Amino acid sequence: MILTVAWRNIWRNKRRTLITAASIFFALFFALMMRSLQIGTFDKIANDIVSSYTGHIQIHQEGYWDNQSINNVFDRDEKLEQEILKVKNIKAIVPRLESFALASTGENTKGCRVSGIIPDVENKTTKLKNTVVEGNYLTNNDQGAIIGDGLAKYLNISIGDTIVLIGQGYHAYSAAGKYAVRGIVHTSSPELNNNIVYLTLSNTQELYSTENRLTAISIILNDNGDITKIKKKILKLLDENIYEVMAWDELLFELKQLIDSKQDSSTIMLGLLYMIVGFGVFGTIVMMTSERWREFGLLVSIGMKKIKLMLIVFIETLLIGFLGIVFGFAISLPIIFHFNKNHINLTGDAAKAYTDLGFDPVMVFSNNPDFMISQIYIVIFIVLISVLYPILKLTRLKPAEALKK
Amino acid sequence: MKIIEVKNLNKIYHEGEINVHAVRGIDLVIEQGEFTAIVGPSGSGKTTLLNMIGGLDNPTEGEIVIDEINIGNLKSSQLTDFRMKNIGFVFQAYNLIPVLTAKENVEFIMHLQGKSKKERADRAIQLLEEVGLGERVNSRPSKLSGGQQQRVAVARALASKPKFILADEPTANLDSESTANLLDIMEKLNREENITFIFSTHDARVVNKARRVITIDDGKIMSDITK
Repeated sequence: MILTVAWRNIWRNKRRTLITAASIFFALFFALMMRSLQIGTFDKIANDIVSSYTGHIQIHQEGYWDNQSINNVFDRDEKLEQEILKVKNIKAIVPRLESFALASTGENTKGCRVSGIIPDVENKTTKLKNTVVEGNYLTNNDQGAIIGDGLAKYLNISIGDTIVLIGQGYHAYSAAGKYAVRGIVHTSSPELNNNIVYLTLSNTQELYSTENRLTAISIILNDNGDITKIKKKILKLLDENIYEVMAWDELLFELKQLIDSKQDSSTIMLGLLYMIVGFGVFGTIVMMTSERWREFGLLVSIGMKKIKLMLIVFIETLLIGFLGIVFGFAISLPIIFHFNKNHINLTGDAAKAYTDLGFDPVMVFSNNPDFMISQIYIVIFIVLISVLYPILKLTRLKPAEALKK
Repeated sequence: MKIIEVKNLNKIYHEGEINVHAVRGIDLVIEQGEFTAIVGPSGSGKTTLLNMIGGLDNPTEGEIVIDEINIGNLKSSQLTDFRMKNIGFVFQAYNLIPVLTAKENVEFIMHLQGKSKKERADRAIQLLEEVGLGERVNSRPSKLSGGQQQRVAVARALASKPKFILADEPTANLDSESTANLLDIMEKLNREENITFIFSTHDARVVNKARRVITIDDGKIMSDITK
């Protein structure tokens, strides 16, 4: 009966209830769209980079990340690699030797990033082979190179042409080598496409005279899970004086900062929006309370405990909130799920802006339930705050005085 | 049998710096089965007296003992419970719950008492039939006339099987026919079921029906006549 009374009460003033529920609906709809798009797009950017290049965690020689010199390398220890692989939730480890060089074809020269990989291992984890758009992927003993399509375009070279790499090797050895271009890749990272040259690990070690040394072990996890926990477990296996272990958000610090700053600004915007809606809900509750004060007096007079009366008012406010939530989700979810499956490809200036930042010009909607649930919590929080007013007022209700109203 | 005993009851309202002495040293005993009218001009203190007897307002001084319980000693939530179990109220402005039908309004207090759905429904229909509204059980208050609403209020007051019913100017908003009808119903319930009614009124028709008339003026009992 309490529920019946509450439900009928909210429809006593249909227009007011609908306007209040609609304000919650619009706020929720806007928040869900904005958050979904933002989280989806940034997750894609981060996941693309993490899965195709950095990995979730990297192990380096202590100090390497701050000073990415070819001298900051460490001896490859396959036994240690096997130990790391035993840590729960680690899918694969990818040894790499990376440095910089000048890539030249005689006519053109460009600074490039040289990445020494074990082709099979790399492909199993980062699916690098799938990014080959022309030519072939490297074999494990290949003497050739695959390069990013942006770099190939800049150097004006194609499959079968030779690329010359010149740089500085380990302990100031000179590094020079020439490699036939086996394939051209197009990854989801425009930055990588413009400067990457992949060689086999052994060729790279030979180029830089590092012998059996690496600059990084990239670690791929089964899922994003608890990276901090896994990082701690890896650290236990290593000598912290020799190695440093970094998570992807430390490796891609600038990207993380960009994501955080965008999210902070949208949080402020949504905060303001919810505040406006909160005042709307509060206004409705104040009016509902004021209009029905005499009725509250009657209910307490005939024997209704104040706590039960508070429960009715609470349920009424919650029902209005739920109306907004139900309609908000009913309209938002199909849109979110549609654009989660069908990404929006940007064109024109928008696409250029994304590409200039080094991102794939694609907008993705996230269907992660976490951010959606948090919006429900916010609406419920608004309802709880708004309902405090009538509840506090009801504690002071004097039936005889209320009946005079 | 004595069901209400009022001893040296005083009520002083503080309105700014002015003290209004609404009830002054009233002593009163109400017996089971009485049909009593408390009469007096506006502002004489009759509603204040009724409110205090009903536990809706606290006296400044004095005691109200109902069925040997001094209601001044009850905490707020105990008093609410006490009202639910022992006192029926009929108000001048009917005060029905607008979103509930006549039957649901009558059932509501029984719901608060924790009565079963069937018991509630059976008693609500029986009471509404007793007050002549058997055909209007599913009507909401807005679809009922003033007289009909007040009869629903009487049925609601009876629903909890109270020890007595306090009716604060129950006929003030009713026309002659509705007033006569309502008074007949209440008189019948008093006569046949020995239900105690205490009215505050200045309606001569109610006074004529009452068997005991207590006149109040300036917060004091001026006369107490049993016919």
